[in-house]
Amino acid sequence: MSNPAPVTDWVHDFDHTDPRWTENPFPIWDELRAKCPVVHTDRFLGVYLPTTYEAVKEISYDTEHFSSRRVVVRNVRPEPPQPAPPITSDPPAHKPAKQILLPPFTPDAMAKLEPRVRAICNELIDAFIDQPGVDAAAHYTKHIPTRAIAHMLGIPEKDGDLFIKWIHEILELGIHDDATLMRAVGDMTAYFAEQIEARKTHPTDDLISTLMNARDKDGQPLTDAHVQGSLRLLLIAGIDTTWSGIGSSLWHLAKTPADRERLIAEPKLLPTAIEEFLRAYSPVTMAREVMKETTVSGCPIKPGNMVLLSFPAANRDPAVFPDADKVIIDRKENRHAAFGLGIHRCIGSNLARMEMLVAIEEWLKRIPDFRLDPSRAVAWSEGTVRGPRQLPILLGKAV
Amino acid sequence: MPGQLKIHVDQDKCQGHARCKSLAPELFELDEYGNAHEIGDGTVPAGLEDKAWLAQSNCPEIAIEIKEE
Repeated sequence: MSNPAPVTDWVHDFDHTDPRWTENPFPIWDELRAKCPVVHTDRFLGVYLPTTYEAVKEISYDTEHFSSRRVVVRNVRPEPPQPAPPITSDPPAHKPAKQILLPPFTPDAMAKLEPRVRAICNELIDAFIDQPGVDAAAHYTKHIPTRAIAHMLGIPEKDGDLFIKWIHEILELGIHDDATLMRAVGDMTAYFAEQIEARKTHPTDDLISTLMNARDKDGQPLTDAHVQGSLRLLLIAGIDTTWSGIGSSLWHLAKTPADRERLIAEPKLLPTAIEEFLRAYSPVTMAREVMKETTVSGCPIKPGNMVLLSFPAANRDPAVFPDADKVIIDRKENRHAAFGLGIHRCIGSNLARMEMLVAIEEWLKRIPDFRLDPSRAVAWSEGTVRGPRQLPILLGKAV
Repeated sequence: MPGQLKIHVDQDKCQGHARCKSLAPELFELDEYGNAHEIGDGTVPAGLEDKAWLAQSNCPEIAIEIKEE
């Protein structure tokens, strides 16, 4: 694992793993957007970055020139890529793979899960509410999506630390270190193989069984590779994304007393505020692989390159969002693309929204007064899912 | 006096973000896959016009059409 050279020219040589990007990417995106709707770097074997909402939208809708077979930009491009349907599927295989997983994630299905998530939040708060301060990323925001997705998959909530280790190895260390990524994928596969085996004799009513019982258009069961790929996707995509979304929301409220006080006085505004946090602090950047030569917003695009599909940068585009750099918790018109655009709209968007809403609602109810701990640093994740991984908060008078 | 509003969700564009259902549950319903449809023939009852426009202006896929009749 080598340390990449620091960036001196963001427009022609950007690096999404540079510590300055990790710490505060917004001024970098603003600088790039002012120069060009699509910029390119030779790093990571060649990557484009669309910087405007329009360019991100164009690429999202164009499954002919841009494939989802790889959805993470890394230093290597092993062949064949690790499939995790439907996120890595292109048409026509995409739609049937996605339709299997949509019914368990509708808003109605999420409403049934909501009481469990509310209980998880309160169990977590109980454990630290008597302390003067807490690392909210380590003791609150991390555990909510981990336990919720474990609950849905039907795997033990107590195995959460293991899932988080795998995700760190795959999404962060894996950018520069293929051996670590492959080992983590192998460990996950072995873990799920055991779960699948157990369900063959003792069927359950969870997402693993949903996938095991699914049939393709010819009435055949899904292949083991398909089931394993979808399970990997659900576990990976279901955790650090929402961990990030809840964490960024809490980070904003810890440093913005006016917004905190307003949400306590007007709790009905919270769903609108969550949409604004999703826009301003979108956690997820996806990727595409360029399959055929084309142009995007007038910029030439060549095969052999990857694309960093930056929904977070699109959501900061002042051409679409007035005062894009300001967090306006009652923003009325908000077509943000935090969950993607087009056929790959995040399957878990209803789950993520419910978790964010419940996590912030319960926190504000029990801890209305809190602020960032000025003596300790906030640390942000590296790579394509952005959120606080260390969030030291001082707790005021608890109720 | 503004005319009667009628809404329609374009099924080729809707991707199931469910923003409309969340903002205007009186006007939209979701199918088993979470994709949105207008309730009934899409006629917006008096008093719900603002909700129709709100839903339309928050749809990321620009899938909601509103006609004034």
